[in-house]
Amino acid sequence: MITPSRAVRGTAAALALLLAAGCANPGTGSNRDDPTKPVTLKFWHGWSAPGEVKAIDESIRRFEELHPNIHVVATGNVSDETTNQALRAGGEGAPDVVSSFTTNNVGQYCDSGMWADLDPFMEKSGLDKHKVFPETLLEYSSYEGKQCALPLLADAYGMYYNKDAFAEAGISRPPRTMSELVRDAKKLTEKNGRGGLERVGFMPNFRMYQNSPDRLLAQWGPTYFDGEGNSRLAKEKTVPEFFRTTGELMKAQGGYAALEKFRTTFGDEMSSQNAFLTGKVAMHLDGEWRGLMLDEAKAEFRWGTAPLPVPDDRPETYGRGFLTGTVAGIAHSSRHQNAAWELVRFLTADTKQVVRFANAIHNVPSTKAALESPALDADRSFRTFLDIARHPYSTALPPSTNGGQYVVSLRDFAYKVEAGKVPDLHAGLRELDAQIDADTLQSRS
Amino acid sequence: MALSHAPALRRKHRRARLRTLGFLSPWLVGFSVFFAYPLIATGYFSFMHYNQIKEPTFVGLRNWTYVLTQMPLFGPALWNTLWLVVVMVALRVVFGLGIGLLVTKVKTGAGLFRTAFYVPYLAPPVAATVAFVFLLSPGSGPVNEILSAVGIDSPPTWFNDPAWAKPSLVMLSLWGIGDLMVIFMAALLDVPKEQYEAAELDGAGAWARFRYVTWPSITPIVMFAVVTGVVQTMQYYTQALVAGKLASGVSVGPGTVIQPGYPDHSTLTVPQLVYSLGFQNFNTGAACVLSLVLFAIAMAVTTLLMRKRTGLLSAED
Repeated sequence: MITPSRAVRGTAAALALLLAAGCANPGTGSNRDDPTKPVTLKFWHGWSAPGEVKAIDESIRRFEELHPNIHVVATGNVSDETTNQALRAGGEGAPDVVSSFTTNNVGQYCDSGMWADLDPFMEKSGLDKHKVFPETLLEYSSYEGKQCALPLLADAYGMYYNKDAFAEAGISRPPRTMSELVRDAKKLTEKNGRGGLERVGFMPNFRMYQNSPDRLLAQWGPTYFDGEGNSRLAKEKTVPEFFRTTGELMKAQGGYAALEKFRTTFGDEMSSQNAFLTGKVAMHLDGEWRGLMLDEAKAEFRWGTAPLPVPDDRPETYGRGFLTGTVAGIAHSSRHQNAAWELVRFLTADTKQVVRFANAIHNVPSTKAALESPALDADRSFRTFLDIARHPYSTALPPSTNGGQYVVSLRDFAYKVEAGKVPDLHAGLRELDAQIDADTLQSRS
Repeated sequence: MALSHAPALRRKHRRARLRTLGFLSPWLVGFSVFFAYPLIATGYFSFMHYNQIKEPTFVGLRNWTYVLTQMPLFGPALWNTLWLVVVMVALRVVFGLGIGLLVTKVKTGAGLFRTAFYVPYLAPPVAATVAFVFLLSPGSGPVNEILSAVGIDSPPTWFNDPAWAKPSLVMLSLWGIGDLMVIFMAALLDVPKEQYEAAELDGAGAWARFRYVTWPSITPIVMFAVVTGVVQTMQYYTQALVAGKLASGVSVGPGTVIQPGYPDHSTLTVPQLVYSLGFQNFNTGAACVLSLVLFAIAMAVTTLLMRKRTGLLSAED
């Protein structure tokens, strides 16, 4: 006879089994494959512009020539969200090799086990990562010592400026300090007859294209976390300086509300209606790829590139910038991880390939050898970004277990600050630290 | 005699039960697979740390504490959802009923009016939202151009202003009122004409006819509209997400993740937060807690409304 308690226990056990079955690991990968045997690899990446797709397809063709047994099926324009879902769902359609346009999520990829640890593969192949890749790039592609990604070209952020507008305003060179930036931005700002803005010198608002606060804050070189992984933004003297400067920039050009209203008239960042291309902003924070786009769009003005200005009291750091980049890795669920490693190694560590790909899409190469290669594009505007990438003061964001969650929190906070909704900045930063710490704790196993 | 019939009777009852179960089985399967199991699993995962890759680990009340006391977006998301439930549902019912009343009274060109009010409902939600964001764009949208031309110096910035973003979503919802209009129209046309004639003979004016004839007849339909409206609005997601993303002007590429709620989390709803937690941050436990909270609120509100409805109907009876 089944007693009620037995029935309850039986139901509970069955339920636990059912739930456990429902949450089993979606796919079990394998690194026991023979990379010399015929295999088809699925490679998901984010490039979508025709020139970029052509460049990556040519890279794959070169890889297939070197490895005739490996056939690569590439899928472009894939977002991190899509890749994340696919790797969690598993199945035959999931990719073997994955790439991401942001380094923000690397911590999450490594910590969650979603991307395979590449150190054993590098050891097997005799690839010394410290000799091949710059340390800053190794840092942003690993988490707590686990190298689950490798840099596949880097992005450096600097300034594009409109030389014609500079000449009209009587400015001889791009600003090098923050006070020069404020002064020049004011000079370059033009109003129309109705009191609205016609052109701004430098749009500091954080929702403007690439103007995420972490990118401009990099000019101050903040330390986001202490030795124990706790957020320390309230302890950073640089953060109030940074917000004071962006506030001064806004005030000098008409104020937050006027700038926000003007921003809503801008076209899409990657379109021909880009605000810098259409002359609505005279100085613009952007990545190295913009130069190629300005050439292709045949900009109707002369333009130049320069590092972003630095705080007045740290002139020795001029030339620094924010670094990030594309990263590539192997899906934890891939059953062809050794073959996948051959593709990752070719794309990330083969000097000739890295230089050709960097030249083709105007991105910064991500290996030491490629950065010094004479075959690298000698275009002057591009060289500015190579120098930023090599600059000893240039920094990247530190990885975190919950990906870019702390950057999102900082961004949300910055939106409030720029709108004048944070009366006590220091108290706000303390709350922000507490929030980042709570989010980090919540994401830990 | 009775004893000899007992086995046959039992067989008959068993057959009847099996038949009933047979007819019920499709629903039972659907209920178990798509409701009971997900609900139980949601409860289970609300006590687990689970990133959808590694095996879940038990963390007690950590997810609950995090969502209810430490997550700053929980408050705004809940407030926005409840605001939309109260304002949007109320206005949709009033507006839908008003339009329904108008189109049933129109004699000339009735078909044209009914079509004109119904057609917007057929527009896909994303397309309709894109159109509204374009129309209400503060810098270049035609609405503000017109408002400026007629002398309004500082027209609202609509989807770009935290104070106006939710009202803008309500306007979008009212534009697509066609579904409710049709339901109310059917209910209004169903009110017996002789009751109006009797009321008129008693000297009832338009308001008295509506109050004492129309309203009692359509109360069940109004309650249906309110209850389904509340449940739908609790799940409000697409329009708010699309409007926020478009109005923010932030470029979305393969490396970016859309953070819902622009501007200043004023359009962030609980379902968006559930998605963001569960499928962007892979914080399954917290997403499950939030889902359960939403479910509990929806159940409480619906139960309250259904009781009210029973009270109303019995009062009329």
